[in-house]
Amino acid sequence: MSALLEVTGVTKRYPGVVANDNLSLTVNAGEVVALLGENGAGKSTLLKAVFGLIKPDSGEIKIGGTPIVFGDTAGVIARGVGMVHQHFQLVPVMTVTENLILGDEPKRGLFINQKAARQEIIALSKRYGLEVDPDAVIEDLPVGMQQRVEILKALRKDVKLLILDEPTAVLTPQEIDELLSVIRNLAKSGVGIVLITHKLHEVMAVADRVVVLRGGKLVGTTSPKETNEAGLAQMMVGRSVVLQVNRTEAKQGAAVLEVKGLEVRDDRKIMSVKGVDLTLHKGEILGVAGVEGNGQRELVEAICGMRHRESGQVLINGVATKDMAPHSVHEAGISHIPEDREKHGLVANYTIADNLVLNQFDQEPFAKGWVRNLAEVGKNANQLVEKFDIRTPSAFNTAGSLSGGNKQKVVVARELSQDLPILVAAQPTRGVDVGSIEFIHNQLISARDNGAGVLLVSAELDEILSLSDRIAVMSGGKIVAIVESKDADRNYIGRLMAGLKE
Amino acid sequence: MKALTKRNSYIVFALAATAFFYSRDGSITTSVYATGVAFALPLALAAMVGIMCERTGIVNIGIEGTMLISAFVAFFVSYLTQSIIIGLIASLLVGALMGFILALMAVSWRMDQIIAGTIINILATGLTSFLYVQGKTIPTVFRSFEIPLLSKIPFFGQVLFIHGALTFLGLAVIFILYFGIYHTPWGLRSRAVGEHPSSADTAGVSVVRLRYINVTIAGAIGALAGAYLALELVGSFERGFIAGKGFTALALMIFGRWNPLGALAAALFFGLTQAYASQLMIDQVVNIPSQFTAALPYILTIVVLTISAGKVRPPAAEGQPYEKGQS
Repeated sequence: MSALLEVTGVTKRYPGVVANDNLSLTVNAGEVVALLGENGAGKSTLLKAVFGLIKPDSGEIKIGGTPIVFGDTAGVIARGVGMVHQHFQLVPVMTVTENLILGDEPKRGLFINQKAARQEIIALSKRYGLEVDPDAVIEDLPVGMQQRVEILKALRKDVKLLILDEPTAVLTPQEIDELLSVIRNLAKSGVGIVLITHKLHEVMAVADRVVVLRGGKLVGTTSPKETNEAGLAQMMVGRSVVLQVNRTEAKQGAAVLEVKGLEVRDDRKIMSVKGVDLTLHKGEILGVAGVEGNGQRELVEAICGMRHRESGQVLINGVATKDMAPHSVHEAGISHIPEDREKHGLVANYTIADNLVLNQFDQEPFAKGWVRNLAEVGKNANQLVEKFDIRTPSAFNTAGSLSGGNKQKVVVARELSQDLPILVAAQPTRGVDVGSIEFIHNQLISARDNGAGVLLVSAELDEILSLSDRIAVMSGGKIVAIVESKDADRNYIGRLMAGLKE
Repeated sequence: MKALTKRNSYIVFALAATAFFYSRDGSITTSVYATGVAFALPLALAAMVGIMCERTGIVNIGIEGTMLISAFVAFFVSYLTQSIIIGLIASLLVGALMGFILALMAVSWRMDQIIAGTIINILATGLTSFLYVQGKTIPTVFRSFEIPLLSKIPFFGQVLFIHGALTFLGLAVIFILYFGIYHTPWGLRSRAVGEHPSSADTAGVSVVRLRYINVTIAGAIGALAGAYLALELVGSFERGFIAGKGFTALALMIFGRWNPLGALAAALFFGLTQAYASQLMIDQVVNIPSQFTAALPYILTIVVLTISAGKVRPPAAEGQPYEKGQS
């Protein structure tokens, strides 16, 4: 029997970079292959080639023994290749059934046969043991459930090869465990699975084989039996990476940031922060754990003055800060690494140098009266590019031209360069490669050691656990528990995040 | 369920008001309601243009221009060929062409859709003013006729089933569109494209093709509204003939929550108040300047819109050009 997917010697060059360099890879029925690599390692290019979206310069891709034709995406899909995208491809206002039948609707005459559609979806979810409510509207479902719909969408088309692109990025630990067992079951039923991820423990838990890419090249194939997480990280980054953050006991000082009875509405005007009290001390990292969408974003934005506070107060060193005034909040001593760096962290069309002084361009030494001092801006930029290891040909390239990890380093560099007493870091390592994660983590620790209070908000429980001195768990807009990190238990926190009482 | 009861309370209120007026004076109420339907139809059709476009994610503010140029073509082609049928067909084709041009600008060239619509409006105003000739007439109009049996129903039969052919065609379009949007694969795909184009794309639905098709057909529906004005309701063409109906329709579309029947109801309300306003002017029941009675429908609509508006939620991808591979 021929392999489900056979990639032989695929090379794809873009001007100035070889995205795929002589890559070969096989996936057989019933096996889980993890594709591991940092951002820019060539994973997406390879995927595009598999779907016929780009034409490799050389090499061949076969599905089920027959070569694919460039441009024939529909043909690839018809041969049983399905993909679960990182960003869900679901219409939020439609029902589960409507989303699943979209594009291939059961018909009765000119109309959609609603009854047949519903029954088909119920049968499908039974067959694979993936329970869903066929009439639920997508936007009302938790993320894990939405992902289940996404997987069912692929399964409805009788996939033989299922590609999952970073599927666990938005899930709770429990949902991740469920997903991993779903993956196992699918593989048992004969589906070949390609799992793209950079979370090492998932790879260890579920993969039969691990294929590691770096800089467009295949650096090796291994299996969880032959290696461990540290070994995988080393293959991926090309040098040894310290996964465990080294940190000393916190030297907790006086309270620097106090949040009292804060209530905030989200974009849909629904109350999403429902009376939060928090105290952040000098010299500690307070982690806020929680599944995304439980009010963390609104909490952070309200603290930083970017979102209206319905009630409650935010005090810095005992002094109340103004509502809806990010500039004055910043001047009062908060630096902020925003969750959405593209939207709130950077101006993509400005140079890296300008982005590095975005919050102090009008102050000495970067300006004198009304006139900017560009020499100082440049000097500052060169120093920070060097210190924070921002990989760019020049500090005067636009910020938009950088990779995700380097963009984040620009934001981190700017926010940490002022040594303010409080740092609010929201999802500081989202979409950032392993090497940069290590770097950013160390920066957060050293900010703490220099006496800053750090409020770390992250959906990655591992990140919270490894960095925080205290952990506040947020669920349903409330802080449901605050635990000392030395007493923290992964499962217990996971259950709290999911909204379970005990 | 909450929306349902709210909607039902509107219907009950409308029926009660109708019954009240009818009990006061049966024949005037009947004729006012029939006129109201006639006034409402072009607005409702224009709102359908908006619905069809916005449901697939294209904002069309060129409805006014589309109606203007197609009314112009309907009238002058009818005059030149001495056939209102040929006039109608020419008008529909020009309307479809307007839609196609909008699609070209908005979908393929990824222009700002407000600007694209404005271009259509300016083009229509310019062309019709330039080519306009005074004092021409057309041989006939689409005359009212009675639909057998149905027109014998007391009140409703006379209000709804004694009209010209284009009224019936227009009403049919509205109901077809309603069933199309909510009950056919085409409708499901269109809504998906307007809400979240990349999910439609990954499900094998061509976003670009569907947008082209819908915006083009919508143009033809806009032409039907224009042709109705020129060839059935008014029977002539003047400069500035549409008088803002294409923009009013956008408000009615929002009032109707992008639902064809909702927009039809909103248009009927507006048409009826207009019919009542003209009746007041004719009767001179009240001694107030005619400008005030003419403004009445607009004022009432603003009041009703404000009271009933609540939360509206337009299609999420509205106004955004689609680029493959983004999400």
